[in-house]
Amino acid sequence: MEIVLALVIGGLFAGGVYMLLRRNLVKLLVGLILLGHGANLLIFLMGRLIPGRPPLVPVDATHPVGLFADPLPQALVLTAIVIGFGLQAFALVLARRLYQSAHTDDLDQLRTTET
Amino acid sequence: MHSMILSTATRYLLPLLLMFSIFLLLRGHNEPGGGFTGGLVAAAALVLYGLALGLRSARQLLGIDPRMLIYVGLLTAVVSGLLGLLSGQVFMTGLWSTQTLPVIGKLGTPLLFDVGVYLVVIGVTLTIIFALMENETDSKTGSLKEE
Amino acid sequence: MTPAIASEQQPANGKSWLHRLNPGWFVALLPLSLTLFFAGLICRVAAGEVITGSYPWVPSLGVNLSFYIDGLSLVFALLISGIGTLVIIYAGGYLAGHPQLGRFYIYLLLFMTAMLGLVLSGNIIALFVFWELTSLSSYLLIGFNHSQPKARASALQALLITGGGGLALLAGLVLLGQVGGSWELSTLLTQDIVIQNHPLYLPIVLLFLLGAFTKSAQFPFHIWLPNAMAAPTPVSAYLHSATMVKAGIFLLARFNPILGNTPIWQCSLTATGAVTMLLGAYLAWQQTDLKRILAYSTISALGTLVLLLGVGTAIAVKAAVVFLIVHSLYKGALFMAAGAIDHETGTRDINQLRGLRRVMPITFVAVTLAALSMAGALPLFVGYIGKKLIYEAALTAPSAAWLLTGSVLLTNTFTVVVAGLVAVRPFWGQLKPTPKPAHEAPLSLWLGPLLLAGLGLLLVGLLEFVPSSLLTPFLATSATAIADELVRVKLAAWSGVNAIFWLSLATLLAGIGLYTGRNGLRRLLSPANALTAIGPERIYERTLAGLQIVATGQTRLLQHGYLPLYLLTIVLTTAGLIGYTLLTRYGLNIGTHWSGVRMHEITVAVVILLATIAAVVSKSRLATIAALGMIGYGLSLLFVFYGAPDLAMTQLAVETLTVIILALTLYHLPRFSRLSSTAGRTRDALVALTVGGLVSVLVLTVLTVPMQSRLTPFFAENSVTLAKGRNIVNVILVDFRALDTLGEITVLAVAAIGIYALLKQQKQNEQNE
Repeated sequence: MEIVLALVIGGLFAGGVYMLLRRNLVKLLVGLILLGHGANLLIFLMGRLIPGRPPLVPVDATHPVGLFADPLPQALVLTAIVIGFGLQAFALVLARRLYQSAHTDDLDQLRTTET
Repeated sequence: MHSMILSTATRYLLPLLLMFSIFLLLRGHNEPGGGFTGGLVAAAALVLYGLALGLRSARQLLGIDPRMLIYVGLLTAVVSGLLGLLSGQVFMTGLWSTQTLPVIGKLGTPLLFDVGVYLVVIGVTLTIIFALMENETDSKTGSLKEE
Repeated sequence: MTPAIASEQQPANGKSWLHRLNPGWFVALLPLSLTLFFAGLICRVAAGEVITGSYPWVPSLGVNLSFYIDGLSLVFALLISGIGTLVIIYAGGYLAGHPQLGRFYIYLLLFMTAMLGLVLSGNIIALFVFWELTSLSSYLLIGFNHSQPKARASALQALLITGGGGLALLAGLVLLGQVGGSWELSTLLTQDIVIQNHPLYLPIVLLFLLGAFTKSAQFPFHIWLPNAMAAPTPVSAYLHSATMVKAGIFLLARFNPILGNTPIWQCSLTATGAVTMLLGAYLAWQQTDLKRILAYSTISALGTLVLLLGVGTAIAVKAAVVFLIVHSLYKGALFMAAGAIDHETGTRDINQLRGLRRVMPITFVAVTLAALSMAGALPLFVGYIGKKLIYEAALTAPSAAWLLTGSVLLTNTFTVVVAGLVAVRPFWGQLKPTPKPAHEAPLSLWLGPLLLAGLGLLLVGLLEFVPSSLLTPFLATSATAIADELVRVKLAAWSGVNAIFWLSLATLLAGIGLYTGRNGLRRLLSPANALTAIGPERIYERTLAGLQIVATGQTRLLQHGYLPLYLLTIVLTTAGLIGYTLLTRYGLNIGTHWSGVRMHEITVAVVILLATIAAVVSKSRLATIAALGMIGYGLSLLFVFYGAPDLAMTQLAVETLTVIILALTLYHLPRFSRLSSTAGRTRDALVALTVGGLVSVLVLTVLTVPMQSRLTPFFAENSVTLAKGRNIVNVILVDFRALDTLGEITVLAVAAIGIYALLKQQKQNEQNE
């Protein structure tokens, strides 16, 4: 399964980079979102795959028993998902404002600070 | 985007979703859940309400400006950290009550912190989406059209 | 630090006579008290004591704010605070009514603080910081009249040259600290043998010399000093004659016991000093601007000091200490007087000034006293002692004694001419009309020159008639600190008719002769001056112009303004570096032991991949939104499969909200247009696939390395016992790493407020339209 997930991550990165290199403003944002997904999955996979065993301590124990999924990458990814949400929202609104004042979505037209 | 079925369903769904979000928040320390998840669920519920019954009724239901939730939430989170400082320990040291409650477990400053996170997440999400929806109605175009 | 703090508290605006009194008198109280404080230390230091103190500054790097006060430091400290007092009073009169006098005082006191810190530092890192602060405050002061392009250019030139030297010095200091094993001066002073036998000794010396020579305007770095005359005269008198330009001399003197007494040290110092001394003197008497005359003569004096330190014998070091003090006194006085003349007549051109002795009698007296000291004409003046010691040092130099004596003789002859140009030419003869009707300067403008010039007389009196005074042992400790061996100082102005007497007399007569025939000589020498066209000034200009061209070119090349190209550069660089490391360090080792593949898992993975392709190739915005949503939901399913329910729930909720936001925003953005060529698309697709493949290989390679996290077991062990929570992910978020989470929600709050502001602003714009 790791190979499959590695391919998924690679696919997300490839799609993200391709969209990032487009001249279209909206495609750039789509690229950012794809890269974010890829990065989240990458961090998650770094904690290794332990199917079906969430990092929860049983009610009558003081620490988790047996195999359990690594909680640290999970905490990191959880943070990243929420921050990514804020970032994407901000970038989208910014792009919208930019389009409204510059009247173009072609990044090659947006080379100066004047609009 | 006014659909009779959606608006009726939303009226009944909203209290359930809000209760679920609080449930997620409170049990988060011991079971899957927590401030982030709970906050997002509550925000999604209110956004759904806004989409179904209009922005104005969603705002009325909320009662206060969502930005206020951000401020209160941040304040709550900082205060939960300061409590540790006030009791003579390092900032953000967890303090715990001795009693155990059902579902929540023990009360403590980490829970208060999570409440702060919960409020900030709701506030942030609603601030963004309500502002966007407001622009939408102002632009006199009600719905999204495919090109 | 006190002067810098006090400078912010400008004297309050009184209403009565206080109001009209120049604020310099109040500001001067600060350096005056410092002077008295340092004067109080003379007793202890003259007895041979070294006063030290230390405060931790960056303890982890062994850098302390420590002080080391011996004879050498104290001589400098007294000059800095004493002349500083007079200059501050003088500046109050010179810049009276100037709207930015307060700022001027801030700069001046900042400089004073830096300079005092420099000479008193016992830690070489602290010394460097103060060294750079003097360069910076000098920049601010030279460019004080910032509306004049000349002042700005001169300030920049001084900063570039002294700052460049400062960088060299930093490297030298760091090497020295490494070799000597300490940043503390007191320790380094005991390490001279270790340092001089180290292979890094030569680089250290060269870097130090670069620092000292740029600061003290030695050939070929001297060009900034005459240009620095664009500064207001108080600055010229203070920084560019008495104190800052002597920082290089101080550096050489301070580190002479550590680095000195080697052939390379002595040769470079002697040669550079001699060339600078002669060049400065030669150029000085050809100028017509009073301040430029004095500036070149200062360069000459600095060369003399470097030369004396290079000779390095006990008598030469003694001569250096005495000449240092003497020069500061008379040159400070002459600069201030030149400023007073400029202030009261409106010109500094000696061709326009005549007969001022009648209208400016007090200034005349001050200038005459200072010039006599400078010319070393009469044994009554301390300048004579200085000159005598220099001749003595040159005559007894271990090598090339006659060459040195000849150079000194020539230099001193020119110096006599300069003294004549400054003291005789403007003051004698018939009064000439000047741009402003000439009249005597106010008290604040003549007090400084008169006191400094008078001090030259007073010191001789002390040396001659009160031999038991503190002065002699004090000078001896200063010289001892430089030479690192006991130097006895017995100074007398008159020591009978001997070789030195004849040399002095010859200097004076030759000088007077040259003064009379100077116009003829100048005509004779004019072809030689064509050489200045290829001088260091021209090299400096060329270098600066060349830098501009390079900067413009590389900006055009790198800052082209095309975002996709920037991103392509970043992506390719990152991918190249990662790929190189990956292949060279690990090869293509992607392991074999993988967990099994289940049907529902692979379905989700395939769906994600297909959705990614759809999002990339789709021409419809709605289809792209839907594809993005599918990816997000697919990911949350994967999180469910692999034990991350918290992640799954969060991802699910976020995805829903993201889709709503996308739908709300994208509507206002244009349709996807095809902007790039097919070739461009192919290139980007190749880059993207390479990066994607690289990331896949990277992931698999990382997975072959066993996990060695110390954090995960810690969190698992302590989640219940310490944090009383059974959901470890949540415990990490709200307890173990709660501070990070606090930061995160703050970022979220900022983003939300930013979005809110953007949208509200847009709404207002629409309403205005």
